[in-house]
Amino acid sequence: MYVAVKGGERAIENAHRLLAHARRGDQSVPEVTLDQISEQLGLAVDRVMSEGSLYDRELAALAIKQARGDLIEAIFLVRAFRATLPRFGASEPVDTGAMRVQRRVSSTFKDIPGGQILGPTFDYTHRLLDPTLAEGFVPEAPATAEASTAATPRVTDILGRDGLIEPSPQAEAGASVGDLTREPLNFPADRDLRLQNLARGDEGFLLAMGYSTQRGYGRNHPFAGEIRFGEVEVEFAAEDVGFAVPLGAIELTECQMVNQFKGSATEAPSFTRGYGLAFGQSERKTMSMALVDRALRARELGEEALAPAQDEEFVMSHSDNVQATGFVEHLKLPHYVDFQSELGLLRKLRQEFAEANEAEPMKEAAE
Amino acid sequence: MTTIAELPPGFADKVLSAQSTFRSVMDAMARPGLVQRIVPMAGTPGPMMRGTAAIALTLFDHDTPLWLDARMSESFDVVKWLKFHTGAPVVQDSSIAAFALIADGLALPPLERFALGSSEYPDRSTTLILQVDSLDAGRAFELHGPGIDGVATLQAAIRPADLFERLRVNEALFPRGIDVVLVADEAVVAIPRTTRVVNKGS
Amino acid sequence: MNAPAYNFAYLDEQTKRMIRRAILKAISIPGYQVPFASREMPMPYGWGTGGVQVTAAILGPQDVLKVIDQGSDDTTNAISIRKFFAKTAGVATTTATEEATVIQTRHRIPETGLHENQVLVYQVPIPEPLRFLEPRETETRRMHALAEYGLMHVKLYEDIARFGHIATAYAYPVKVNARYVMDPSPTPKFDNPKMDNCPALQLFGAGREKRIYAIPPYTQVVSLDFEDHPFEPYRFNAPCALCAAENSYLDEVVTDDKGGRMFVCSDTDYCEGRQAAGHHGSLSAAPYKERAQGESNG
Repeated sequence: MYVAVKGGERAIENAHRLLAHARRGDQSVPEVTLDQISEQLGLAVDRVMSEGSLYDRELAALAIKQARGDLIEAIFLVRAFRATLPRFGASEPVDTGAMRVQRRVSSTFKDIPGGQILGPTFDYTHRLLDPTLAEGFVPEAPATAEASTAATPRVTDILGRDGLIEPSPQAEAGASVGDLTREPLNFPADRDLRLQNLARGDEGFLLAMGYSTQRGYGRNHPFAGEIRFGEVEVEFAAEDVGFAVPLGAIELTECQMVNQFKGSATEAPSFTRGYGLAFGQSERKTMSMALVDRALRARELGEEALAPAQDEEFVMSHSDNVQATGFVEHLKLPHYVDFQSELGLLRKLRQEFAEANEAEPMKEAAE
Repeated sequence: MTTIAELPPGFADKVLSAQSTFRSVMDAMARPGLVQRIVPMAGTPGPMMRGTAAIALTLFDHDTPLWLDARMSESFDVVKWLKFHTGAPVVQDSSIAAFALIADGLALPPLERFALGSSEYPDRSTTLILQVDSLDAGRAFELHGPGIDGVATLQAAIRPADLFERLRVNEALFPRGIDVVLVADEAVVAIPRTTRVVNKGS
Repeated sequence: MNAPAYNFAYLDEQTKRMIRRAILKAISIPGYQVPFASREMPMPYGWGTGGVQVTAAILGPQDVLKVIDQGSDDTTNAISIRKFFAKTAGVATTTATEEATVIQTRHRIPETGLHENQVLVYQVPIPEPLRFLEPRETETRRMHALAEYGLMHVKLYEDIARFGHIATAYAYPVKVNARYVMDPSPTPKFDNPKMDNCPALQLFGAGREKRIYAIPPYTQVVSLDFEDHPFEPYRFNAPCALCAAENSYLDEVVTDDKGGRMFVCSDTDYCEGRQAAGHHGSLSAAPYKERAQGESNG
């Protein structure tokens, strides 16, 4: 006798208990702490904060732990929490020109005011697995020097003084900043919404899209004008206080790409910009973002938009890894009702096909 | 001058009152002509009826520009109460309003002055909240359209008397158009843009 | 740490207001997809976040909620969503279609006729019926604005030319109130006629695609077809093996690896109700066998 499948509720509970067990792993191995994740897997935390759109190292570390190191799952956990938080408003724009820089490189000038600062970077490490890191590694003390008091103006500002690069768009006073997590997105989308989408976008997706522009799919002749990483102050203008209140400092990475632009009959040729910004130290992300941002400006700069990276609807609709993973993975949910409908149709078509083919030779024989 | 402390209160239980008010409005919109009751749970400033106040607390916020007719906007209490409890911006330009509150139906502006939506985004249109004298006595209107099983009869005392004639613009405009919510104290009837009057009694 | 504290029915009030406004506009423009700022929900996109947000925006303490997936109350995702609302809203839940005031569904419309005091909330993956013909939102929006649906008819007609039938078995497009072409969500086309002139309000939520749309009660819903190729609902021609129903949509259950099949109601509540009322199918009947190609009927 056939008995319909039951007991899904207990199956779910048991599955989740098993998951908790698998997450913990061998219990004779010490449990990883949030501090350890935050301190020793810092770039994972940075990525989760960036794509999760929430600056909170501790929560990001918790999410990574809960997600067993699956960063897209961790980003999802942070996003779902973020969606429930009340909004007080938007901060004042952060001033990356006043960043307390830990790393700052420009590929466009040999030397720049404030100097090139390598900082903590994988660049120029030889990618050889290092067995000394396996256990008990104590790093050498870092080299130190007096903190420089020299200003570190942004390379694009230096170019801007000579009018060689298009001016940075000025924020209209009092204009509200778009927020695609609060308002439905419509196309064409303005640059504020595009940048927000890219900042939340999947690093791998942006990397591939940015890379495709370099290979000729919407080439825009980029130079890494500057990449900087460090701390900036965040301020919030509370309406009833009347002035901006400092909220604290956050770490950011900013990339400004300098791109070619031919000019037009009415406009002198000048360089154009592509912009990338992310929480923490996220250079691959910000560089890719800057390439894609520039590609998406094709319409406003009067360029022909033929490549995928220049197609704003394509890029913005597919950049979000939480959306993408949900929809791809939903294919594992039951679909047997629609599949049954499809099966019925296929059987009917095959039967008709078979009947037609049986009838066909008979017709020939009669002729 | 009224201070904030003296303003009529909002919902005692914001979450549940908003939910029950919304369900009444949703049912009204889904079943045009059928009278729904709103359980009155909030205070009412100036010329605002209890149903209107509950709808305001349920649907208005920073994202919904409001247009007020002269009788509403003349009431300092109404303006202050709306600002304090909903934060919705009051606008002078009726063509960008998400909602319009009408206390004096005789002074209802031509409907074309409100947002009618675009062909691409017909939802970007003003919802008119019109306070009327009665939703259970008065002229009989026979309505049909989506949400109505055959014909619905609405008995109502409505000013302007030619409201349904004016709403005939919805036929030509569809899918653009104006949606109307009629309020008589705590009774609510909705006339979405798809509703047509087939017959009017006296 | 910022310990989470969650609101009634999970969503914050500002989000509910935004969704509620979208629902009202959706009802007033039947079949039109209203954009809304879908929130990140604590379940993945594609797993019912749109339906969950619509349900969360309408649900109150007096409601009785039923959740089905593939017609069944017992599928894991249905259980998961039902538990979510039992936990965050404390509402009563039921498996009985008749008793429910709000029914959230994925891929089916219950067999038991709905009544006026019910709202049916559909989970929708791709709300745009024209999406498979035209991937661009800017284009499809223009087509809806102009009611320019020729492309859809061409596609359906190409099917007929190629297969002799319209080769769409589920998510079969409908026209609502003689204006908007609408995707009914991936329900089998068997369910399409139930949407027409339905006493209950039908709401559709697509979370990832950020759209809400509606069919008011007693609204005309017509499945697209041609005069010479009229719409035909599909149902496997067998009684339910458990309750002998002749008019319910059937799940195909594979009983062995030798081609053995049996067919049972997809709507578990309907099937159990019929069995309780004394209807019994032929459980011992020879299971349906897949017919090998070329084998004749009978």
